[in-house]
Amino acid sequence: MNDALSIPKGSMRRRFVTPEGVDLQLELGTAGARAGAFLLDGLMMLGILIAVTFFFIYIAVPGLDQVLMIVWLLGFFLLRNFWFSLFEVGRRGATPGKRVAGLRVVARDGSRLTGAAVVARNAMREIEVFLPLSFLGAQAAEGTADTFLTIFALAWSSLFLFFPLFNRDRLRVGDLVAGTWVVEVRKAALSDDLVGAVQRQRRRFPEEALAAYGIFELQRLEQVLRAEQALPIQTVADTIREKFGIPNDGDDYGFLSDFYAELCARLEQNMLLGRRRADKYDA
Amino acid sequence: MNGPLVNATRFRLEHADEWQRLEQLVTRLEKKSLRSLTDDDLLDLPRLYRTTLSSLSVARDTSLDASLLAYLEQLNTRAYFQLYGVQTSPGRQVARFFTSGWPDAVRTLWRGIAFCVALTAFAAVAAYLLVRSDPDWYYAIIPEGLAGGRDPSASTEFLRSTLYGSGKEDGLTVFATFLFTHNSQIAIFAFALGFAFAVPTVLLVIYNGLMLGAIFAVFASHGLGANLAGWLAIHGTTEILAICVSGGAGIRLGTALAFPGQATRMDAMVAAGRTAATAMLGTVIMLAVAGLLEGIGRQTITDDGARLGIGLFALAGWLLYFFWPFGGTERAS
Repeated sequence: MNDALSIPKGSMRRRFVTPEGVDLQLELGTAGARAGAFLLDGLMMLGILIAVTFFFIYIAVPGLDQVLMIVWLLGFFLLRNFWFSLFEVGRRGATPGKRVAGLRVVARDGSRLTGAAVVARNAMREIEVFLPLSFLGAQAAEGTADTFLTIFALAWSSLFLFFPLFNRDRLRVGDLVAGTWVVEVRKAALSDDLVGAVQRQRRRFPEEALAAYGIFELQRLEQVLRAEQALPIQTVADTIREKFGIPNDGDDYGFLSDFYAELCARLEQNMLLGRRRADKYDA
Repeated sequence: MNGPLVNATRFRLEHADEWQRLEQLVTRLEKKSLRSLTDDDLLDLPRLYRTTLSSLSVARDTSLDASLLAYLEQLNTRAYFQLYGVQTSPGRQVARFFTSGWPDAVRTLWRGIAFCVALTAFAAVAAYLLVRSDPDWYYAIIPEGLAGGRDPSASTEFLRSTLYGSGKEDGLTVFATFLFTHNSQIAIFAFALGFAFAVPTVLLVIYNGLMLGAIFAVFASHGLGANLAGWLAIHGTTEILAICVSGGAGIRLGTALAFPGQATRMDAMVAAGRTAATAMLGTVIMLAVAGLLEGIGRQTITDDGARLGIGLFALAGWLLYFFWPFGGTERAS
């Protein structure tokens, strides 16, 4: 139907149709970004834990140790089990680490992200990360961690750790169980209009030059113009001039933006008539 | 203006103000909360969202300006998540959890919970018989650190003292807190381990029952069975029920994975996962209550009858809360 919306194979874009029937197309978070976010969250939790522990040792009040000990125990419990959940049920659907990495948690079916889903996806972290690690830690502390056990714990962990890499949608076991996935938060400002701002007489171009290109080339040209870097602009301008024998008037940017406007208008018009030209090879 | 005017330009001129107003509102929502918007803003928000959404559809069909398309896509996505993707206010979420979410989830899991109760009872009886016939079994079931001297070789006086120790003892409340966090961790494990087709969850529940039976056997051999029952009951009814609920949650997850029935395996797992997680979250609250009963009640109330009474009262309270059909709206739907 609308071939602009077809998603190439292997792409991280996913269809995401709103109740109004528009496909918003979400970009899944990359494995690297997610690992980074998790690492960041882990470091923050560790930092808080260490800071609070030292603070409690520092203010050690005789007679109050019991209370401090209880607060510490409860704090550690909440930190370990609810750090992720409490942040992810919020408006941003992201822990501080995910926010830095530009990620958010979303229900796969596009419905509301419920508290139950968030709790489910994060409780699974217990068997993905904490169980093998604490098991290993406990054994190591008792001096009974032999090679076999270490290898087993590491194999278990990495099985779950690399789980997202072995499925199409980069799902962690927790995502699988909770029906969620992690997507990129994109934020873009409305860019300048490349065509409308020009108030002067535009250059005319030979018919064959305008007939040579398709949408792919047009959008590449847009990229080059928006990046505003002298060398690529000059290179592209020279290539086009050479190909169609247009004299060089010394204004590369003006030349290219005029060419862009003409080509854009022409392709748009054809598109309205039902002739969509993907690229220069498309007849 | 000279030369061609492309659709994108005309389009931008017509709608850019609306887009930017939506962007402003969305940014404010993301940074602060719903309360930061005025009544006018709130009225405008859905309208602006719908026009911007249709702008995206129109732009996709008529415009080749890639950066404009990218802008509209991200703006609509952000607006969508602020309008549809986010939960209701935290207060309402908590209220809904207590009024319907939690009891409903437990009701749905009743088969698994009943199975865990039966399993616990069965394991307890088995361990009781084993230890009564040969006390050596005790050491196989209960790790030394946990027993704290409460083993078959202990004297009756010592065992009695462990049941009626005064609340002034140092570290007892800390120990109660430790037990709460430890038990809650086990409850979370019981849920998560359900992912392995519920086998580890079942083992956890059985082991819990075995420990129960073994300790009973030791106290009973000194004629302290009824006293232990009171000591255990005051917080144990809540705690054992909590462990059975989280066991039921894990079993639910595991069986959904193994026997998805009519639904796809993925759908079955997601439905089971969310229900089970809600019940599991509830068990953390139950264990906190058990910890309070243990830390305060057990130390100050030393009468066996009163202990037993409170324990049974707590159990009746939980069962009423979970299974009493008040409202029943959720089940009717």
